[in-house]
Amino acid sequence: MKLPIFLDNHSTTPMDPRVLEAMLPYFTEKFGNAASRNHAFGWEAEEAVEQARKSIAKLINADAKEIVFTSGATESDNLALKGVLEMYREKGTHIITSSTEHRAVLDTAKSLEAKGLATVTYLPVDKYGMVNPDDVRNAITDKTILISVMLANNEIGTINPVAEIGKIAKAKSVLFHCDATQGVGKIPVDVQAMGIDLMSFSAHKIYGPKGVGALYVRKKNPRVRLVPQMDGGGHERGMRSGTLPVPLIVGFGKACELCGAEMATEAPRIAAMRDRLQAAIMNALEESYLNGHPTERLPGNLNISFAYVEGESLLMGMKDIALSSGSACTSATLEPSYVLRALGVGTELAHSSVRFGLGRFNTDEEIDYAIKKVIEVVTRLRDMSPLYEMAKEGIDLKSVQWAAH
Amino acid sequence: MAYSDKVVDHFNNPRNMGSFNKDEEGVGTGMVGAPECGDVMKLQIKVQNDRIVDAKFKTFGCGSAIASSSLATEWLKGKTLEEAEQIKNTDIVQELNLPPVKIHCSVLAEDAIKAALADYQKKAGSKTGTGSAQ
Repeated sequence: MKLPIFLDNHSTTPMDPRVLEAMLPYFTEKFGNAASRNHAFGWEAEEAVEQARKSIAKLINADAKEIVFTSGATESDNLALKGVLEMYREKGTHIITSSTEHRAVLDTAKSLEAKGLATVTYLPVDKYGMVNPDDVRNAITDKTILISVMLANNEIGTINPVAEIGKIAKAKSVLFHCDATQGVGKIPVDVQAMGIDLMSFSAHKIYGPKGVGALYVRKKNPRVRLVPQMDGGGHERGMRSGTLPVPLIVGFGKACELCGAEMATEAPRIAAMRDRLQAAIMNALEESYLNGHPTERLPGNLNISFAYVEGESLLMGMKDIALSSGSACTSATLEPSYVLRALGVGTELAHSSVRFGLGRFNTDEEIDYAIKKVIEVVTRLRDMSPLYEMAKEGIDLKSVQWAAH
Repeated sequence: MAYSDKVVDHFNNPRNMGSFNKDEEGVGTGMVGAPECGDVMKLQIKVQNDRIVDAKFKTFGCGSAIASSSLATEWLKGKTLEEAEQIKNTDIVQELNLPPVKIHCSVLAEDAIKAALADYQKKAGSKTGTGSAQ
């Protein structure tokens, strides 16, 4: 086993060697511009792009023509929200989204609000981080043009009832955008069955290269239109100009192909490792709390709060395991995770959270190591924690007058 | 964020981690911070003849907070009460090479020292006759 161990597969994933192999020729001998219509170099590149487009579309049950390539999910989210708003603003300017969306959606919504271009409703989530479809229905007004709700959350892995939301959107003739960055390739995604009109996702979360993503844009029932946010050569059916990064797209296609072929065996394998990690840690350590939905959760996700221990110190104690924390000390803003706060997790437990993200290349041996290390470090830090000492003495920490600073 | 070697050393080998009985004579206890803010420090001193003969800490917080309080106990030992008053958060920042986002950890450590000293003075003052032998 090689250290450090990578258990942060929600942030990014290592590229699958099979993906790299597929990409390599397109850097050197097959370097053509996919938009060059007059020579073999261009044709070859275009053919590779169209093949990849098909593989990507197949994974989400879409038509290849409905895939618009972007630089990643952040750009896709921006294009979806801004492009739809600009196209349909005569109809209305109201957007419905949820409070636990990725920053790429939330900050885009906030920027549209700040410019006075949109009014936005941020729906609450339940204690598991799930959006209630009834809340979506009730929030719709005659000015609503777009609902944007994520498929699976990047911190807690909770999977939203997207198909139900899609049905409501359809019934009310409101467009439905779904940020499916964490879900695509990990769980079955079907834009038809789920009633999704626009969907963002990216390659590097599914063992593909960084720097390429896609926006699915529905062509039929209804035909979704967008105002492009990048002007230029009119690539991608006029929705996103810019020379296509052929090698990245080829890699994206290969990554989707592999996910499609292996998901049925890979997801249960990863979930079994995750379940083992969860059970071992939570059985050994009292007052450890699961964040996120107990069952409706991504197979590789495990987010736990360890009471009386601060998250960043936990990560520091386990520096040979790459993890992420909702602790303020790990964020630039010094605020603890807004996702955990939206679930109603107390600030102190939000500071104490650790996110494990398991993926394709993790092994049982690595999980054994992580179990041992987590228990050891949490125990050591609790010995060092004045809060744990007080709790053990029977002092109710909530009754203490703390001096906030 | 990369930690300085000194922060890592204090984090891995905390000095004087533990507790004194806070009711014991000569012990001053300072507890500062709040769980919602992500750091709470408990710093204790044991005083004999106006000199700190021992110090202990327990900290809930990030690595820099743990290192700041560990360092503080090291510095406190052997100092007179007057000398202990002079410890500044900037000294801690310098010694541990703390980045700007971690300066609040050093401030908290200074506050904890002040709180422990104040607690000791309060306890000593309430027991008239003791502690004023000279």
